[in-house]
Amino acid sequence: MSDSLTPAVDEQANARAQRGKPTPGPTMWSRLGGIPHLGLIIALALLAVVGMVTVPETFATGSNLVSVLSLAATIGVITVGVTFVIIGGGIDLSVGAVMALASVWATTLATQSYGPVVMVLCAVLVGTGAGLVNGLLISYGRMVPFIATLAMLVAARGLAQRMSDRRTQLVQQANQAIVDMSTTRVLGLPVLVYVFAVVVVLGWVLLNRTTFGRRTYAVGGNPEAARLAGIDVRRHTVLLYALSGLCCGIAAVLIMARTTTGSSTHGDLYELDAIAAVIIGGTLLTGGRGTIIGSILGLLIFTVITNLFILNGLNTSDQLIAKGLIIVIAVLLQRRSLKSVT
Amino acid sequence: MPPSSSDSASLLMMRGIVKQFPGVRALDGVDLDVRAGEVHCLLGQNGAGKSTLIKVLAGAHQPDEGTIVFGGQEVRLTGPTAAIRLGISTIYQELDLVDGLSVAENVFLGHEPARLGFVGQSEVNRATRELLTGLGHGEIRPTTEVGRLSPAAKQVVSMARALSYDTRLIVMDEPSAALAHDEVANLFRIIRELTAQGVAVIYISHRLEEIREIGDRVTVLKDGRTVAVGLPAKETPTSQVVSLMTGRNVEHVFPPRPRPGSHDGRPEVLRVEGLTVPGRVDEVSFTVRAGEIVGLAGLVGSGRSEIVEAIYGARRADGRVILNGSPVRGGSPSRAVRAGMGLAPEERKAQALLLDQSVMRNISLSSLDRYARFGWMNRSREASDARRQVEELGIRPPQLDRPIKNLSGGNQQKAVLARWLINGRKLLLLDEPTRGVDVGARAELYAVIRKLADEGVGVLLVSSEVPEVLGLADRVLVIREGRLIHQSDARDLDEHHILDMIMEGRPA
Repeated sequence: MSDSLTPAVDEQANARAQRGKPTPGPTMWSRLGGIPHLGLIIALALLAVVGMVTVPETFATGSNLVSVLSLAATIGVITVGVTFVIIGGGIDLSVGAVMALASVWATTLATQSYGPVVMVLCAVLVGTGAGLVNGLLISYGRMVPFIATLAMLVAARGLAQRMSDRRTQLVQQANQAIVDMSTTRVLGLPVLVYVFAVVVVLGWVLLNRTTFGRRTYAVGGNPEAARLAGIDVRRHTVLLYALSGLCCGIAAVLIMARTTTGSSTHGDLYELDAIAAVIIGGTLLTGGRGTIIGSILGLLIFTVITNLFILNGLNTSDQLIAKGLIIVIAVLLQRRSLKSVT
Repeated sequence: MPPSSSDSASLLMMRGIVKQFPGVRALDGVDLDVRAGEVHCLLGQNGAGKSTLIKVLAGAHQPDEGTIVFGGQEVRLTGPTAAIRLGISTIYQELDLVDGLSVAENVFLGHEPARLGFVGQSEVNRATRELLTGLGHGEIRPTTEVGRLSPAAKQVVSMARALSYDTRLIVMDEPSAALAHDEVANLFRIIRELTAQGVAVIYISHRLEEIREIGDRVTVLKDGRTVAVGLPAKETPTSQVVSLMTGRNVEHVFPPRPRPGSHDGRPEVLRVEGLTVPGRVDEVSFTVRAGEIVGLAGLVGSGRSEIVEAIYGARRADGRVILNGSPVRGGSPSRAVRAGMGLAPEERKAQALLLDQSVMRNISLSSLDRYARFGWMNRSREASDARRQVEELGIRPPQLDRPIKNLSGGNQQKAVLARWLINGRKLLLLDEPTRGVDVGARAELYAVIRKLADEGVGVLLVSSEVPEVLGLADRVLVIREGRLIHQSDARDLDEHHILDMIMEGRPA
């Protein structure tokens, strides 16, 4: 009697497991759901096939792989931070602007005079500081995340323009160490790709192996339950946005390395790419669910599409249309698989 | 029960209505007869099936068995629209008005008089004004935003909405709960005018004095069944009504209690002094000793949940909360948890569970720091602790990685208790711990709660079900309208006593 619900669930699961052949519809999707991110991996593989068929001489080359990964690295680091914020039930629209501000602040003549280490520290601190402000406004100022970070987007861009006088600031010869991150290669890959990889690994560990990660899922999944279970939801929310800001600071260093500049125009619309990558990766915008790996796969899909369009000499408008379609298709497919599981 | 189907004046006749939900039979053969032009009162304890019955009448639930005859014809209420089209309107306890819309827009929401798809605003306003004037509230302007109205005025707007349809039967679920005394008088005047026009009213209230004043006949529900049909509302003595509502079959198996007075020497775990939540709780003081289960009895809205929330810091309050001799600063559940409290909240799914997550993660939620060194989770220790709880409490199925939403209500609640068992609480606050839990699992929960108390935990228990408070608690506090009106050993009280006190404010 007390278990009246559970046997039925068991039977369903058994039936699903025993049926050898995948039947069409929901059952197939739930089977696919058993292997994490299989859909994303297949999509990525399909794109690779498209690349090898349409532009065989340029796509599958080492230099193309390097350019795809370098391109992905900057937004990738941001995507890790945004994944945390979204799993925690929030949203961060300010990431691109905060990265731009951090890049400008780190490349002012004053900052550059202290050398590359201080430049990196500066970028990271500016990013974290902006994230902290976001978090405080949302947690203790009780602002809606969308609005608080939208305000930060506008204000950070404005501040970046003011600091730089709307001029692009070059990384000086003396601070060449920053630029070396994109030119120096280890085992064929530029250093900034390794920075990206380290951020992803640390992000994964933080989300899956620490109390911080557990709290993130709890706060996003059911903030009231988290609060009543004794979790300090406000403090955790502040930390989540600070973490996102920290990622923006790291991304600022990477973009300085890649472009040799700091500029108020850096990272325009990065927030949309990062959020789209997170959504394609299967993280729910309502919070409480999602993975770092999914987000990174989502981002790679996006980057490879961009790459394919460029290699095929197609125009950027079509590229945007394709990306829009990908978002819609990804979300529709996820909804089907979600439904079959619940 | 002799069916009075020969009664040709019946506007509504329900026979043998059965409604089954997973794990609980909410309606188990209900009969109801309502005549045109009468005020028919529906009485019953919480969980007796009143809400389910009116949802069936409103077309919101489909009955599994039984027949409904309305206006001489058998009908099927397939949805809210079908019910309204027949002339059945329902005014719910939580008024379902849209705060952001105007009074007139609310009244005609969903059936705006429209010409070619355009809503004639002046026409809507005029019709609304007419309805409000008819209700004796011409002062409410049709263009006012509903969110700015007082609860009493909102009630009137709800009533106007019910009347904006061609209504023959109005169901009112606790319409007086939000009203002051003189506003109730106006409500009654409106009801009398309606019945004079031949409209029938089904009136649900816990206040017996109101039922005597406005009611014609009474139907009593108990455990999803009709136990009395058409009693005269004015003449039936209170004692008879209360004993019809109570005296349920012994279906709760309560664990044995320690001897009276055995807690006397035990230390105080909780001392509450002058706890006040403005407008909700008024100067409540009491204590809970180690190993003692203290029950809070009271109606929904009496302030009992607010007391629990205030102690836990989930709600701002004045007064002092002292745990194990040291005061706990309010306003923060995480502080309360660090001090040694635990809460099983009223709304399990909304307030306690991470539905998508595993049983294990739901159990360890409040103890993450116990399993971590510098933030790094020791997952094997977490799993072994959770597994021990799953085994000891008999959580079924005994799988740690199953999403908790796939468990039955009783097993979910056990997981919530396990959350606090793994980190050794001094005081547990249990708000409606057996809501939505079937009978078999209830007995298990009772045993767990008693075992906790025997291990020295102080327990404060809130329940709408008087037999539960009486059967489980050592001491009972009776709350009425935010005040503590009585406390005594549970053995010195019976269900009758307590119901008298919480419904009529009569001391034992």
